[in-house]
Amino acid sequence: MDDLLADFLTETNEGLAALDGALLKLEKAPDDRQTLSEIFRNVHTIKGTCGFLGLARLEKVAHAAENVLGRYREGTLQVTPEGITLILSALDGLKSIVAGLESTGSEPAGDDAPLIAALDAAWRGEAPALGAAAAEALFEAAPEPLASESPAPEPSAPAALARPEETEVTAAATPAAGGGPITPAQTIRVSVDVLEDLMTLVSELVLTRNQLLQLVRARSDAALTVPLQRLSHITSELQEGVMKTRMQPIGNAWQKLPRIVRDLANELGKKIELVMKGADTELDRQVLELIKDPLTHMVRNSGDHGLENPEQRRAAGKPDVGRITLNAYHEGGHIIIEIGDDGRGLSVDKIKAKVLSQGLTTEAELAGMSEREIQHFIFRAGFSTAAAVTSVSGRGVGMDVVKTNVEKIGGTIELRSVEGKGTTFFIKIPLTLAIVSALIVEAGGERFAVPQIGVVELVRAGGSVEGAQIERIHDTPVMRLRERLLPLVSLSRLLQLDQRPEEAGQEEGFVIVTQVGGNVFGIIVDKVFDTEEIVVKPVAPILRHVTMFSGNTILGDGSVIMILDPNGIARATGVGADGPTDELAQANAMLRGAGSGERTALLLFSAGDGTPKAVPLGLVARLEDLPVESIEHSGGKILVQYRGKLMPLVPMSGHWTPPEPGRRQAVLVFNDRDRAMGLMVDAILDVVEECLNIEGASEQPGFLGSSVICGKVTDVIDCSWWLHQAGDDWFRQRSEVAPFRLLLVEDSAFFRHLLVPGLGAAGYAVTAVNSGAEALRLREQGAMFDIVVSDIEMPDLDGLGLARAVRAEGPWRDLPMIALSGRMDHDRLRSAIAAGFNAGLGKSDRDALLAALGDCLAAQTLA
Amino acid sequence: MQTNMQGAGTPTRGGTVLMGDSAAQMYLTLTVAGQLCGVPVLAVRDIMAAPSITRVPLAPREVAGSLNLRGRIVTAIDLRRRLGLPLREAGAPPPMSVVVEQGSELYSLLCDAVGEVVPLRSEGFASNPPTLDTVWREVSQGVHRQDGQLLIVLDVDRILTID
Repeated sequence: MDDLLADFLTETNEGLAALDGALLKLEKAPDDRQTLSEIFRNVHTIKGTCGFLGLARLEKVAHAAENVLGRYREGTLQVTPEGITLILSALDGLKSIVAGLESTGSEPAGDDAPLIAALDAAWRGEAPALGAAAAEALFEAAPEPLASESPAPEPSAPAALARPEETEVTAAATPAAGGGPITPAQTIRVSVDVLEDLMTLVSELVLTRNQLLQLVRARSDAALTVPLQRLSHITSELQEGVMKTRMQPIGNAWQKLPRIVRDLANELGKKIELVMKGADTELDRQVLELIKDPLTHMVRNSGDHGLENPEQRRAAGKPDVGRITLNAYHEGGHIIIEIGDDGRGLSVDKIKAKVLSQGLTTEAELAGMSEREIQHFIFRAGFSTAAAVTSVSGRGVGMDVVKTNVEKIGGTIELRSVEGKGTTFFIKIPLTLAIVSALIVEAGGERFAVPQIGVVELVRAGGSVEGAQIERIHDTPVMRLRERLLPLVSLSRLLQLDQRPEEAGQEEGFVIVTQVGGNVFGIIVDKVFDTEEIVVKPVAPILRHVTMFSGNTILGDGSVIMILDPNGIARATGVGADGPTDELAQANAMLRGAGSGERTALLLFSAGDGTPKAVPLGLVARLEDLPVESIEHSGGKILVQYRGKLMPLVPMSGHWTPPEPGRRQAVLVFNDRDRAMGLMVDAILDVVEECLNIEGASEQPGFLGSSVICGKVTDVIDCSWWLHQAGDDWFRQRSEVAPFRLLLVEDSAFFRHLLVPGLGAAGYAVTAVNSGAEALRLREQGAMFDIVVSDIEMPDLDGLGLARAVRAEGPWRDLPMIALSGRMDHDRLRSAIAAGFNAGLGKSDRDALLAALGDCLAAQTLA
Repeated sequence: MQTNMQGAGTPTRGGTVLMGDSAAQMYLTLTVAGQLCGVPVLAVRDIMAAPSITRVPLAPREVAGSLNLRGRIVTAIDLRRRLGLPLREAGAPPPMSVVVEQGSELYSLLCDAVGEVVPLRSEGFASNPPTLDTVWREVSQGVHRQDGQLLIVLDVDRILTID
């Protein structure tokens, strides 16, 4: 409220100041329609805002003045100097109330009746009987806030001059009158052009400073060093300050939303809760201004179209209170703003009917469209699904305007909607103009900036034997990082920079571990310098087609540097798997889950017969090339001493004939916590990124089935079977189950990678997430499943907590849930059932898992 | 080292005086691999000597990179490459940069030497000879005889149109 009031005070004071001048102008030229309209609009705005804030006294005076101005504007009343005087005295009245408001935080008490009566008289057309002096006297008659405590105004002094002093005195006398003084935000308005110019000048200053610094360094003139150091500091601070002037938290654009939502709720008879996250995400001021209105509009839309009324919500099994969620965050060099509701969602059938009735498309075209394409019709001009035009929305000037505005600033808008569950819009704004912190790196002799938002960590590769190493599978570089194989991209190769020949074979450098969406990959660079705050500038149109860069900037030393776009790199190399046309993948990516339809990095190798074999790369902990001499036999098993332990080796081709001494044996190492097992293969072929669609369950033990990878039929191996071969008590066989949507909640990446393909092959559509919180987020986003399988032991929200949360409320309340545990003993099972699980079993018992899945789902179907 | 051309070569903004002078236009002459060229002086925003240029990987081959002109990023076009001329030899003096503006974007044309601002009378103009190399014909507005030397008038817009 205080912020709102402070804003109001700033605006109103500006408005009142402008009005003074405009009224005097009108007095000189009573026929100036433009000035008159401007005055009317100004007074009207003040009146409107007062009403909005519940400032009754201000509103009444402004209203009376507006009435008179309204008649002037219509031309039914002649503008006279007396009339102007009257309006001016009304303005003075407004000013004094505003001054009181400013000092005490609430409207001062007072009686404006004589003033309002005079204004009303003028409005009725009664010639203002009052002369200028009389009007002022009239205003003086209106008692001042706490006038008794202040010295009586001198009758001869112009009222407007006396007022401010008085109110200051009263404020000092009674500081606690109305919740303390409200200080209007100490701001002035500066045109963005001025800021832009300042920015350019500062950049130039930085350049000049650097030149000077270099000159002085060369001469080592001590007398210059100290003042130059100071100049240098001041310049840097100036640069920072000027950069900051353009940034504002997005919360500024949201300030008025709670009020709007409250009014909306009252007007529509709905219960609405507004949740705002990431309000401190900073945005360029200009961008902020441009998205303010679209955002407001979208929130209104969510409340009006999206949310149901309490009865409908109850009928749909939802809580009475509908929720609108705003969320802003940086992602991959963009700012994402989500506007979501948990309402009725977009009805595809309704949209279809509407589209047809408006002739936007034909039935035939519609038939060929995906659900998403149909939902996108809401962005077409003139489209509105609201059956009735309400005062809030439904006039059909909605989403197309929003979309145009977002696209104007180079953004995109996406939506995801599930009928009955709600709709979420994603506005993605590029960081053009935004200040980002960037890592300065070098590759192939050139420097580049990498926005730090996308950087997960920095790893030094090579150098010491202990450290992480860049390895190659054929030509594909990979790195083992904490039991994970990380796909790598060489920046100098990607950008076709010439590698110095002596470095080509040498695997030293730094790996920038980068995350794009759910995908993690590493970028190999030669050197890492420092981080720097940069202002992103768009690249010249001539270079726009190079998707590897999100912009360019000028560094502190005055050199131009290109800013890498991790998204572009991921797309260019395929590690990111963000195919724009692949709907399923995109939907999955939005759900932040790893569905079995998503692209997975696969390791291809050969073993035994000629058919290539594949295994998800994430499952493989390491690739080893063991000298044959190190492989030993013991008790019918093949073993190798590996990292201080004995690791069982299993030959892929059934039997193993040791290669000739001196040769080496390729081994895939699988690893889970303290267990390790090696699979001996003939040769490692490649690492590829493919959708793993396993077709036809294999009869052959050890294989999940076949999949077409890189145009070739490839056997996908069943890791669990091979692990079992190594002697561990692991899974055994698979059985066929009808397709169901299964949510797997499992924090161990190993088990996730193990279970997803296995369950996928058994016919389940699996979505895997790594925590209970993540699972609940999916629920909030409206994802629906047939069954939930959850690990019990997880950090933060564990399986039991998840089960309780699921059972407590929401659309998942009746879903069957199966608990998994590393060791499922009696106590664990009992607490799992108590928490709401239907069954509980050991992690490694896949037969039992599949059987339990079948049982639970059968019971569910019968019920 | 920087010379601001605004005002230096154009005494009046908008070139009204120049227009009056029996349609003589002011051109800035520059040399690319020995060939004398001219660009309309009104298009020129700045001249810089030996700018420090950042390469832009994957850019069209005509783009030499980006450079910083008083806080603005300018895309540099290597005129030798653009005009299909032999590349600058190693050890040759660094190029000169003629900064031109197109649609609120700044571009720098890299050439070997910048000459002077000269008025070219319209009578001296001849259209491109039909035998002129296609690259040249594409970017040239015409040929002008200047002190016994042929000067090719470059069309800045077309130079900046790189496929």
